[in-house]
Order: sequence, then structure tokens, then C-alpha cells
Amino acid sequence: MSQDTLNAAPATVTVDPFVDELLGKVSASEPEVGDVTIQNYTINFGPQHPAAHGVLRLVMELDGELVERIDPHVGLLHRGTEKLIEYKTYTQALPYFDRLDYCSPMCMEHTWVLAVEKLLDLEVPIRAQYLRVFFAELTRIMNHMLNLGSHVMDVGAMTPNLWLFELREDTMNFYERASGARMHANYFRVGGVHQDVPLKLLTDIADWLDTRLPRLFEDAISLVADNRIFKQRNVDIGTVSRDDAIAWGFSGPMIRAAGIPWDLRKSQPYDVYDRMDFDIPVGTRGDCYDRFMVRVEEVRQSARIMKQCLAEMPEGPVQTTDRKVMPPKRAEMKRSMEALIHHFKLYTEGFHVPAGEVYVATESPKGEFGVYLVADGTNKPYRCKIRPTAFSHLQAMDFMSRGHMLADTTAILGAMDIVFGECDR
Amino acid sequence: MRAPAPRWAAELNGATIEAAQAAIGGGLAHAVELVGEVQLHVHRDDLIGALTALRDTSGLEYQQLMEIAGVDYPQRSERFEVVYCLLSLTRNHRLHVHVATDEDHAIPSVTGLWPVAGWLEREVYDLYGVVFDGNQDLRRILTDYGFRGHPLRKDFPMTGYTEVRYSEEEKRVVYQPVQLAQDFRNFDFLSPWEGAEYVLPGDEKGALPQAKGAQTPLSADTIQKAGADKSPTAEPQASSQPYGKTNAESRAHTGAGKAEPDATPKPADPDVIPSKSGMGGGQNQ
Repeated sequence: MSQDTLNAAPATVTVDPFVDELLGKVSASEPEVGDVTIQNYTINFGPQHPAAHGVLRLVMELDGELVERIDPHVGLLHRGTEKLIEYKTYTQALPYFDRLDYCSPMCMEHTWVLAVEKLLDLEVPIRAQYLRVFFAELTRIMNHMLNLGSHVMDVGAMTPNLWLFELREDTMNFYERASGARMHANYFRVGGVHQDVPLKLLTDIADWLDTRLPRLFEDAISLVADNRIFKQRNVDIGTVSRDDAIAWGFSGPMIRAAGIPWDLRKSQPYDVYDRMDFDIPVGTRGDCYDRFMVRVEEVRQSARIMKQCLAEMPEGPVQTTDRKVMPPKRAEMKRSMEALIHHFKLYTEGFHVPAGEVYVATESPKGEFGVYLVADGTNKPYRCKIRPTAFSHLQAMDFMSRGHMLADTTAILGAMDIVFGECDR
Repeated sequence: MRAPAPRWAAELNGATIEAAQAAIGGGLAHAVELVGEVQLHVHRDDLIGALTALRDTSGLEYQQLMEIAGVDYPQRSERFEVVYCLLSLTRNHRLHVHVATDEDHAIPSVTGLWPVAGWLEREVYDLYGVVFDGNQDLRRILTDYGFRGHPLRKDFPMTGYTEVRYSEEEKRVVYQPVQLAQDFRNFDFLSPWEGAEYVLPGDEKGALPQAKGAQTPLSADTIQKAGADKSPTAEPQASSQPYGKTNAESRAHTGAGKAEPDATPKPADPDVIPSKSGMGGGQNQ
């Protein structure tokens, strides 16, 4: 700046802006160009974001850093599972369920086989029922290991996630030893399970439940459960009242965290859950911290159920003896002509399910997972509507996040436990 | 029920039907219990009243709407059925409410009763094209942005109409008409003994007799048996002996050893090589 302009400057800047306003030159209600008007702005969260837990796109309207409105866009992982199932036999439809909620595959299979069995009115051997409950609870632990770990990571802690993944790896190894696949097990069958498990697998899981699971799990949880930062990020975040939880169709840990002791394993027991002795954890405030702690306690209760299964599981067949539903084993098929015929017919045509409509829902790790199945008497379902848990939970994202900070949305999302394979189908 | 399906209070089914008939009244077309589950079929215009009654009447108390499912029955005059799956937390009971509609008639939205219905109705709209009157946000939800059609209708092909790929030339994702490398196979397992109504491949031949003298694509002289030119060139014994007839062993022209002894000898066929032994077990048999 030259000497001339410095000298000239005082003449123009000494006037107080208020004087201009008094003189009527400017008006405070109509700011001139140069004054900044702050507007809400809209950002996209996802569809590729590590905290979005898959392909979720949240269109967020923010006021500064406060969330004003959230419009979740789902369906980016839509694969038309329901349409595909209409073109498949009842046996062929089963593997699609593994791929819905790929974090808890066997619980998805469980609903499907129960729905078909209800239409067939099919009796299932008691050992198969125990095995299904046993593996459904193993699946619950598997699911919660992923969710608790990623929730913790979403709010900033790294270590527990690594430790919990260690446990998840163990459960997947058990999956592999039972079914041959680490994730997409395809292990349950209409009328039982695919094959019996070796005794060594059961004893190994028993050891794991006694030693490795409690040690690693309690270690990991002790890092966060009373951690000040973790509580600051979760307590009183995304609070849901009891009435809201009911009206928005919540289920599973989401409704229990809101203070409603509702668990389908207890209130509407299927398989041998009525023989099991377990407690239902319930939250008091309905916030993200409650949801987290409900899941933590569910892991302990699942371990308890698994131990009871191991203690009580009887010997016996693991498949129904109804030859019109359950194909014979391969060794038998090689020797007997009748078995060969049944094997061929059941793997090509499949079995025919009598016409009827059922809605069967089970307690998956994420909540009520239901199948509304319409059979028309042929070997293929006429309509199979899958009721995902995530659909109603994610819909509540808008009112749960309203007024919270942007960073809180990841905590809310993490505590919802959403997997898009199931949400989008 | 022998199946190990979830055991809720199904013993309340009968009482529930009676209570629902009293609460809904004329809006209820009919109520049945099938496979241990209560189905209430209500008239479209009375849906809101019926669901409100089911939610608020003491003794029914269906607090939660768990699911709205669409079903397509193309042979019906009102082809779509929309099914509301309700759950009572206090009575531990479930039932479904069925409403029929078609493409043109809207179903009243229940978003005023249960806010969760917003997305569930969007899904039925997206997949079936059923319109919900009163839903403030009836956008597509599961299908792609800009998708056309309603994919879960029975007349929508499973393979769809368009396919998506990344085009290296245009440097963007492009949509194209779907091209199948192999035709989509759908096996029909309905037994023909039970009166399936379809035409099997080849049935049309039985219905329309072929015209005589229909042309084959090949002319007669181009038809040759496989490997005929490479067959052993040994001369037939019968013709190699000039005095064949005098040979007592020879059966040439006698018909002996033939299937029909009286049959006249066939004209020489250039493709048929008479066997050496004359015992009939020649190459072409």
C-alpha cells in the first residue's frame, strides 16, 4: 500500500456503520451484498463410506454441524432375492437366505426352514432342533462380534474391534467344520440339518465357550464399557422412547434397549428354545449405549444357551424320516434303487408344499426376521416376502438423528446393526 | 401343530376372529383361520377403520405393524393383494389383514396409524405398482434410480429388460437391452398325468401330418454313411468266385441265412459291404 492511500484512508473509514443505518442508507433487515447468509447445506454420506456399514447413502441436511433431516437411500444392493425364490424349489431357495444377512447366515436359514415346515406340518427330530438352536446362538455371537466391534470403531476405538474379530474368526472356523463353508453355510434343511456334527467339534466349541470366548470378549468389552470417551459418544444419543419403538416397528435389541422385554425366543419359542433357561437384557434409556450393552449381555446369554444345548443334546437322527421331503444320503443312494429315485426326484423336482399362507418370524441377532410365504401346492413358492429387520430400523434414522451432531450419526447407525444384504434383499 | 415353528398364542385364533368381527363390523369381508393363522379380508375403503379398530380395541391390541407384503394374482379381477402382518405384544398374537386392489385403485395409506408403514408402502409401490393414497413420500425404494416397471409382478420377466455395464468407450455406466448368452430355463414339474395344459416340443408334429415328399436339405447322392469310403476294400467272396453257384457251401442267391428266406435278393447297394463269412454279422448290422 502506498503512502498516498494510507493518508487518504481515514477520510472514508471513520464513519461508524451505525451512522449509515441512522441516516437510512442501509437497513439491518435487508443486508447488502457482502453480508453472509448462512444456509443449510446437504451432504451425501456414502454410498461408499466405511461407517455406512455397506452401501448406504444418507442424504443429510445439515445446519452447521447439526442434522436437520436425513433421507436414507437404500436399495443399492437389491438383488431381487424374492423374485429369484419364486423361480426356485424350496430346497434351492435356502442358500439365498445365507446371502441376505451375511453376518448371521444360519439365523436367516432358520426362519425359512421353520416357515416351510409349518406349511408341511413336518416333525423335526429333537437332536436336529437342538443343533439348530445351538448354531443359531453361535451365529448370534458371530453377528454381535462384528457389530460390537464395528460400532466401537465407528466412535473411535480400534483395539476391541481387532480382538472381537479374532472371536468371529473362531466362529467361522466352527461354521466351516460343521457345514464346509465359512459364511454361507447352507446347513439347515427343511426337516432338520444337512448332517450331524462330529463330537470333536462339539467338545471344541465347549472348550471355546469356557476359555477363549469369555477371556477375549470380556477383555475387549472392559476397554469400552466404562470408557469415558465411549460413553460421551453413546449415552443419550439417538434416544427412542417405548411408544416410538412400538410405532416404528422396532424389534430385537432395538426394542429391548427401549425398555420392552420382548424376545421372540422367549415369547414365541421355536425349536427347543422353550427348554432353554436364559435372561433377556433390557435397556433403561433407549440410547446407543443401551443398545450396545444389550448386545453385550446377549452374547453372554447365547453362550449360556449353547452350554445348555451341549449338556442336553440327545443322540439320534438329525433329519426327518419323511422320504418325501428329505432326500436320502449319498451312500444309501448308491445302493438302493428306491433311494436313487427319491434322491433324483428331490434334487430335481423337489417336494411339493401344500397351498397356504404363513408369516413366520424368528429372533435373528438383529431383530424380528420374518418370512411371509405363499405356497400354491407346487414345488416352488408362489410368493416369498422377506421381512428384514433393517428396513424399519433404518427408517427411524431420520427422527433418531434429528438435532444431533453429524458425528453422532455414525454412532446411531452403528448401534442399529444394519447389513445391506438383508435390508435391500 | 407338529412343526417346531414359533409358538405364539394360536389358541386365541377363534376368539380373535369373533372379536374382530365385532370390532370391524361391515368392513370385514370374511375371516378364516388357515394353517393356524388368522386371515382377515377387509374391504379397501374400510381399511383404515379396520386397522384402527384392531390396534385400539381392548382385547385385540395389535400394537405393531411388522410387515406389508404385496402378492400378485394376475388371474383375479383385482390382481393385487396387500397383506398387513400385525403383532400384538400384549396378547402375543399375530394375524394378517388382506386387501385386494388393482393398478388403478389406491389403497388408503396407514402411515397415520404406524409411521413404519411409510417405507413398507413404498416398497409395495415399487415392486408391484400399488398406489397408496395419503403416503406423502411414495418414491421408489429398492430398485435403481430411474427404473421402469414393477419387478415383482408375475408378468415381469425374471431377467428384466435392461442390463448395466461399464462402457470403456464412453467412460461411463451404460444401460442396454438384456442379452442372454443362454436362454433362461424354467422347468415345469407339473405332472402331465394331472392334466397340465401346455404343448410339449414335438406335439405339433402329431397334430399336423407332414406333407408327403417333403424335401430334405440334402440330395440323395450327397448322403453317405460315415466312413463308407474308408471301409476295408476286401472283395466280397461271393463275387470273387466265378463259379459261385456250383459251390455247395455258397449261399449266394439261395436266401439261406437271411431273415426271410423267400425274399428276393436286394439290388446291390454300393454302401453295403457283404460280409466275408456270409453269416449275417456284417459291419452294418
